[in-house]
Amino acid sequence: MEADFELFPAQASTIAPLVDGVFWELTAVTAFFTVLIAVMIMVFAIKYRRRSQELPRRIEGSLRLELFWTIVPLVIVMYLFYHSTSVYFTMITPPADAMDVYVVGRQWMWAMQHTGGQREINTLHVPVGRPVKLTMTSQDVIHSFFVPAFRIKQDVLPGRYTTLWFQATRTGKFHLFCTEYCGTNHSTMRGTVHVMEPRDFELWQESQADGSLAAEGRKLFLKLQCVVCHSADARARGPVLEELYRKDVPLEAGLRATADDNYLRESILNPRAKIVAGYQPIMPPYEGEVTEEQVIQLVAYLKTLGRGQTPLRVEATQPPAAYRAPEPPK
Amino acid sequence: MSTVLTPEAAEPKPDAVRPREHYLNVRFGIASWLLTVDHKRIAILYVVGITLMFFVGGAAATIVRVELMTPAGDLVSRDDYNKLFTAHGIIMVFFYLIPAIPAVLGNFVLPMMLGARDLAFPKLNLLSWYIYVAGGVFTIVALLAGGIDTGWTFYTPYSSADSHTHVIVTALGILIVGFSSILTGLNFVVTIHTMRAPGLTWFRLPLFVWSSYATSLIILLGTPVLAITVVLLAVERIWGVGIFDPAIGGDPLLFQHLFWFYSHPAVYIMVLPAMGVVSELVAAFSRKNVFGYHFIAFASIAIAVLGFLVWGHHMFVAGISPYASLIFSLISFLVAIPSAIKVFNWTATLYQGSVSWQTPMLYALGFIGLFTIGGLTGLFLAALAVDLHVSDTYFIVAHFHYIMVGGTVMAYMGGLHYWWPKMTGKMYPEWWGRFSAILIFFGFNLTFFPQFVLGYQGMPRRYHEYVAEFQILNVMSTAGASILAVGYVVPLIYLLWSLGYAKDAGPNPWGATGLEWQTPSPPPTDNFAKTPVVVNPPYTFTAKEAEVVG
Ligand code: HEC
Ligand SMILES: [Cu+2]
Ligand SMILES: [Cu+2]
Repeated sequence: MEADFELFPAQASTIAPLVDGVFWELTAVTAFFTVLIAVMIMVFAIKYRRRSQELPRRIEGSLRLELFWTIVPLVIVMYLFYHSTSVYFTMITPPADAMDVYVVGRQWMWAMQHTGGQREINTLHVPVGRPVKLTMTSQDVIHSFFVPAFRIKQDVLPGRYTTLWFQATRTGKFHLFCTEYCGTNHSTMRGTVHVMEPRDFELWQESQADGSLAAEGRKLFLKLQCVVCHSADARARGPVLEELYRKDVPLEAGLRATADDNYLRESILNPRAKIVAGYQPIMPPYEGEVTEEQVIQLVAYLKTLGRGQTPLRVEATQPPAAYRAPEPPK
Repeated sequence: MSTVLTPEAAEPKPDAVRPREHYLNVRFGIASWLLTVDHKRIAILYVVGITLMFFVGGAAATIVRVELMTPAGDLVSRDDYNKLFTAHGIIMVFFYLIPAIPAVLGNFVLPMMLGARDLAFPKLNLLSWYIYVAGGVFTIVALLAGGIDTGWTFYTPYSSADSHTHVIVTALGILIVGFSSILTGLNFVVTIHTMRAPGLTWFRLPLFVWSSYATSLIILLGTPVLAITVVLLAVERIWGVGIFDPAIGGDPLLFQHLFWFYSHPAVYIMVLPAMGVVSELVAAFSRKNVFGYHFIAFASIAIAVLGFLVWGHHMFVAGISPYASLIFSLISFLVAIPSAIKVFNWTATLYQGSVSWQTPMLYALGFIGLFTIGGLTGLFLAALAVDLHVSDTYFIVAHFHYIMVGGTVMAYMGGLHYWWPKMTGKMYPEWWGRFSAILIFFGFNLTFFPQFVLGYQGMPRRYHEYVAEFQILNVMSTAGASILAVGYVVPLIYLLWSLGYAKDAGPNPWGATGLEWQTPSPPPTDNFAKTPVVVNPPYTFTAKEAEVVG
C-alpha cells in the first residue's frame, strides 16, 4: 500500500488516466478563472481606491460584455460536459469478457466471492491487465465501494445489485474504502485490493479453491427444494429455469422483464413482485431464509444452467463428485 | 436610492433632555422583546438565536478537527465522533446557514429597503421566531439526550432502521424549523409585492431584495418537500411502514431523491441571500451602481429555477440511471452560468469606482474570491467522470465549505458589519474589523484548501480514523481551523463591546444609497417618519451622501 505521502494519487487502472484527464482540464479552467477574478479585483481595488470624495461616473452595464461572459463560460462548460460524459460511459460499461466477482457489504466488512468459490474478507485479489466486474449488494444499510487508485466508486445498496468494473494496470496493494456513511465503524470498513501478476493470481486461486460459486448454488438449489417445483419434467409447477439468464421473460398482465442478475435475485427473494405469465404465485419468498451470499450462489448457478442440466428430483443434495460448473453461456 | 426626504429623518435633532426615541429604547424589559412585532427587534432576537447556534455548531466542528489531527481515533469514541459531525452539520445548515441572512439581515433591512414600516405580517414574523426556537430546543434536547449519528443527510435505511440514536426528535426539530423559514419566505414575498414605497418599481429595488425574493420562492416551494420527507422517515421508523427500507418493501433511493429535491435548492437558500448582500456591499463601497443590474437580478431568478432541476448530482454514485445522470450533469453545468454572470458583474462594478477597503468590503471581496473557487469546484462534481471519484470524499467537504463558509458566512459577516451601525447606532472598531476579516480569510483557506487535495487523494468524509498518508493535510486543516475559530471569536467580542463603548454611527456612515440609510440609526419603531418617495434608479449616489462620511 502506498504508505508515503503523495500529492497526487497513484494511477492504477485503465480508467484512472481518463478521469485525471478531465480533472486536469477542470483544474485548468478553475485556476484560470480564479486567477483572472482575483487579479481583476486586486487591480481595480488598488487602482480605483478612494482618494477623494468625488463620486465616480455611473456605468449601467454593457450588453456586449454580458454576452461575452455568458457565452464563453457556456462554451467551456459544454465542452467539459461532453468530455466528462464520454469518459463516464466508458467507466460504467464493463467489457463483455470481464471476470466476475461478487461483493456483499455489511456492517462493517466487505465479503468477496469469486466464481471459482474463493471467498475473502476485506481483501480482493485480482489479476493485472484483465477487466473485473463487481456485482455488489448490501445486507444492511447503504455502503459504497471506492478504490481511489482506480478512480472508481459505486454505492452498494440493500435489496438490489449494483455493478462496478475496472482493469488494473499495476500490481500492488491499493486502498479500498467504504464511502457511504454506514454507522459506528464506517471509518474502519476498509480493505485492500491486491493486484497480482496473472500467474500469481492463478496460483492464489488454486490455493483457495473450494467448490465454485455455481456448484455451491447447485447444492442450495437441491437443499432448498427449488428443484421440486422447477424440475424440468411434467410435474413441474414452476417454469423451467434452463438458459434463463438474459432472456426476455413474459410476465402477467402482458408485461415483460429481462432476466438479469437483479431479476433473478428478486425472483428468489420476493417472487411475487413479478409473476411469470401462465403460472400461479405459489413460490414461497426466500427473503430471510437465505443470506445474500447464498443468493449470489443461486444466481451464479442459474446463470450457468444450460439446456437439459436441471438436476433430477431424486438426486441427493450432494452433486456427483465429478460435477463441474458448466462455463457460462457467452 | 435618492428620495424626497423628511427633514427629521436626515438630521435627527439632538435632544438635550431626552435621547431621541428609537426602536431599542422605546420600551424596555423582557416582555417588550419577547412580545414585540417590530421586524427590527425580531431581527435582534434572531441574531441571538443564530449566534448561539453558530457557536454550538462550531464547538462540534472544533472537536472533530482536533480528533482528525491523528489517523487513530484517540480523542472521542467512534459513536461520539459520528454524533459530533452530525450535530455540526444539522445545526449549521438548519439553524445557522438557512436562517442567518434572511432572518437577521433580511428581517432588519428588507422592510426599510422597501420604504415600509414593517413586514406584511408582523405577528407571523414573531411566530416564525418562536418556531425557530422550538425547533432549536428539540434539536438541542436531542443532542443533550445522547445525540444522533446519521449525518445531516439522514440516509435510509440507516436512519430509519439501523441507527439507535435520537432520530425522531431531531427530525422533528428540523420539521419545525422548516416552518419558520416558510413563514419568513411567505412574509417576504407578500411584503415585496405589496409594500414597496411609491416610485419603488421592481427595477429600482436593491439587489438584496431581488435575491431575497428568489430565496423566498425556493423556500416556499422546497421546504414542504423536506417536511414530507421527514414525516415519511418518521412513519417508517415508528410504525415500520415500508417506504425507504428495502427489507420491508421500500426504496432507499426514494429518500435520497426527496431529500435532495429540497437540499440542493437549500444550497441556494443559503447562498442567494449572500449574493444579495454582496451586491449591496460592492455598490456601497465603490460608490457606484452595480454593473449589469438586470443581469444580476435575473440571474437570481434563473438560479432559483434551475436549482430545482439538479438534485440528482448528489446521486451519481447512488445507483440511478446513467441517462438520468446525464441530464442532471448537463443542467448542473448550466447552473454555473448565472453564478458566473454575477461574479463578473460584481468585479466590473469596481471598475472606475471609488473603492474603500472598510471591513464589510473586505468580506465582500473575500466572498467573491472564495465563491469563485467554490463555484468552479462545483463543476468537478457536475462532471460525471470526476464526480464518481470524488463523491463522498473530502473534496465534497471542501467544495461546500467554500460555498457555505467562504460564501454565506463571509457575506453574513460583511452584512452584519455593514448594517451594524444601523441596527445598533454604534460603529464597530474598524481596525479590529479588518483584522478579523483577514484572519478569517486566511484561516478559512488553510482549513479547507488542503481538503480538496485530500479528497482527490481519496480520503472519504465522515471518517473517524484514516490511513496514515492523509495526516499531513489533516494537520494543516486543523491548524487553519484554529485560526478561523479565533477569527470568529474576535468579532463576537468587539461587536458586544461596541454596544456600550463605541462612537455613535449617525444615519449613514458609509454614504450608501438605499432607503435604510435615510432614516436615523437606530431607526424609530416606524422606520420612517414619512413614507419615502423614490424618484431615482437604484444605487444613485449623490454628493449629499458622500458628504456624510466627511
Ligand atoms: C412451491 C414451488 C416453488 C418452489 C419451491 C420454488 N419456486 Fe421458483 N417459481 C415457482 C413458480 C410457480 C414460478 C413462476 C411464478 C412466479 O414468477 O412467481 C417461479 C419462478 C421462479 C423464477 C423466475 C422464472 C422465470 O422464468 O422468470 C426463478 C428464477 C425461480 N423461481 C427460482 C427459484 C429458486 C432458486 C428456488 C429455490 C430457492 C425456487 N424458485 C423455489 C415455484 C417455485
Ligand atoms: Cu461505510
Ligand atoms: Cu446540489
